[in-house]
Amino acid sequence: MQSYLWFAGKRVLQLVAVIFFGVSAMFLVTYLSPIDPVEQVLGRLSARSNLSPEAIASTRIALTEMFGTGQPMHQQYWNFWTRLLRGDLGASLMAFPTPAMELVMRGLPWTLGLLLTSTFITFIVGNLMGGLAGYFQNNRLFKAFGIVTMGLQPIPYYIVAFVILIIFGFLWPVLPISGGFAMDVRPGWTLPFMLSVLQHSLLPALSLVLVGLGGWFIGMRALVSNIVTEDYVTYAELAGVRRDTIVGGYVMRNALVPQITALAMVIGGVFSGTIITEQVFNYPGIGSLLVDAVNAGDYSTVLAVCTVSITAVATAIFIVDLLHPLLDPRVRAE
Amino acid sequence: MFSIFRDLVRYNVEFAIGLVLVGIMVVFAGLSFFSPIDPSLIYMTIPDQPPSAQFWFGTNSRGQDMFWQLSAAFKNSLQFGITVAVLSRIISITVGLAAGYIGGWVDRVLMFVNDIFVAVPIFPILVLFYFVLRNHMDSFTMALILACFGWPFDARLIRSVALGLKHREFTRHAVFAGMSTRKVLLEEHLPYVMPIVFATFMNNMLWSIGMEVTLAVLGFTNINNPTIGTVLYWANSHSAMVVGVWWWLVIPVILIVITFLGLFLLAMSMNEYIDPRSRLRRMGA
Repeated sequence: MQSYLWFAGKRVLQLVAVIFFGVSAMFLVTYLSPIDPVEQVLGRLSARSNLSPEAIASTRIALTEMFGTGQPMHQQYWNFWTRLLRGDLGASLMAFPTPAMELVMRGLPWTLGLLLTSTFITFIVGNLMGGLAGYFQNNRLFKAFGIVTMGLQPIPYYIVAFVILIIFGFLWPVLPISGGFAMDVRPGWTLPFMLSVLQHSLLPALSLVLVGLGGWFIGMRALVSNIVTEDYVTYAELAGVRRDTIVGGYVMRNALVPQITALAMVIGGVFSGTIITEQVFNYPGIGSLLVDAVNAGDYSTVLAVCTVSITAVATAIFIVDLLHPLLDPRVRAE
Repeated sequence: MFSIFRDLVRYNVEFAIGLVLVGIMVVFAGLSFFSPIDPSLIYMTIPDQPPSAQFWFGTNSRGQDMFWQLSAAFKNSLQFGITVAVLSRIISITVGLAAGYIGGWVDRVLMFVNDIFVAVPIFPILVLFYFVLRNHMDSFTMALILACFGWPFDARLIRSVALGLKHREFTRHAVFAGMSTRKVLLEEHLPYVMPIVFATFMNNMLWSIGMEVTLAVLGFTNINNPTIGTVLYWANSHSAMVVGVWWWLVIPVILIVITFLGLFLLAMSMNEYIDPRSRLRRMGA
């Protein structure tokens, strides 16, 4: 138990470090950039209206105060962190005066829901099929499954989502291709709303699952086909242990440990994939928010999305890492 | 090196297929050097012509011949992928070998940095870079940024090999013979990690071209520079599918799938080659 706490403590430290360095790097990028956010916003404001020079001048002062760009760097950095810890990243410009953080929090459940369900399905199906394919190496069904998923795996998320959009949007329109729920249902914990949400999430989830399956399949098949040659498996077979016990309890369970480590490593990539997919299907998560914010020149919202992404991904990896010793007795003993 | 190649082509169907697919795309991309028209110009031919004997891949609504347009796009994208892969390989080899061989606090610090890079979601960061750089974000800047994020997985892989090499007989000989650390790493250990470097090279290209496609499709790059992503961006912004100019989207998507499958097959069969057990199984030993 003590060793586990020691392990968890080290991981907490790492979590804090990741968030700290990630957010600091973000600050640095925005600070060193040749473009002044104040001028950028002003450019956008004055492009479609004829404001008087006095109005522009006073807007400039107000914006400089809001972004705090007039101060020296260490002061800006300090302000940035104090505001961040209070969860306040300023008002968004595209939905003024809604706080940027509130927009992000509105989108986050959608993104997390899509990310977690599709990762869960992908992990279970990919590993199960990969494990079976590694154990029954001559089975045609598993071989065919392997060829299809491995063929889809290298294709970028965007392309797969896009092809699915064309198929279900133009050729065979049976499922909704845009939005998070139907226009005519009222959000709330009601059956019609939940069914609508489920229906709208099918295509985004499908494209994430299709891209993800191959990686787990290849990894698990390689692991299992190595474990199958181990002496203890041959011994169990000769001793007449039932097939499903061998596959499930002896082979797959052991092969699952490195796959959990791999899960922690791919979450960042899957997160990027999720926000790309959201954009294709116009899903109301933080991916679509990020793209809208960039197009609207909304500085606060872009920063808020990036901060929340870094924190969310780092936390997800942290949780998976904490689960790891509970599954692997060898790590626990260390 | 040549005999390895010959064996791979002979015994590994995936490698052979991958080689053919990538070969086709490289030749296609190479054709752009002989392109009769500047691919960045618009309204050079009749718009919206379907594929025919005159226009093999049709023409788009911007009056560009899709054959030459796509050829230039793939050349730029492949160049981009190779730039990112070379740059990030340099980082990952340096970090991996140094961490594995020197060990101690160097290893701990480097792996700590490595863990941070693994945990950062790259896409929002790239969008942030675009947001603050805007028109300063050309494809070389983007290649630099991606290279800075594309090394951690491979550095860890190289480190694990370097850890094993550290205690081998020949390393000790080299050290006792008075070789400097830099020389040991470059002359003794580097050849051992080269197969990994090649396999991850392909994977890194896949990843970086995929990122470029994604950013470009959203319009977050220099959209006047033809790449795989910007071709799709323009097709989307002209609603190609709705208007019925399907070849503007379908042909690039097919070519992208060919490229990615080819690179992936090469990477996978190289990986398999590195693992001797699977190689023996394939050769029937």
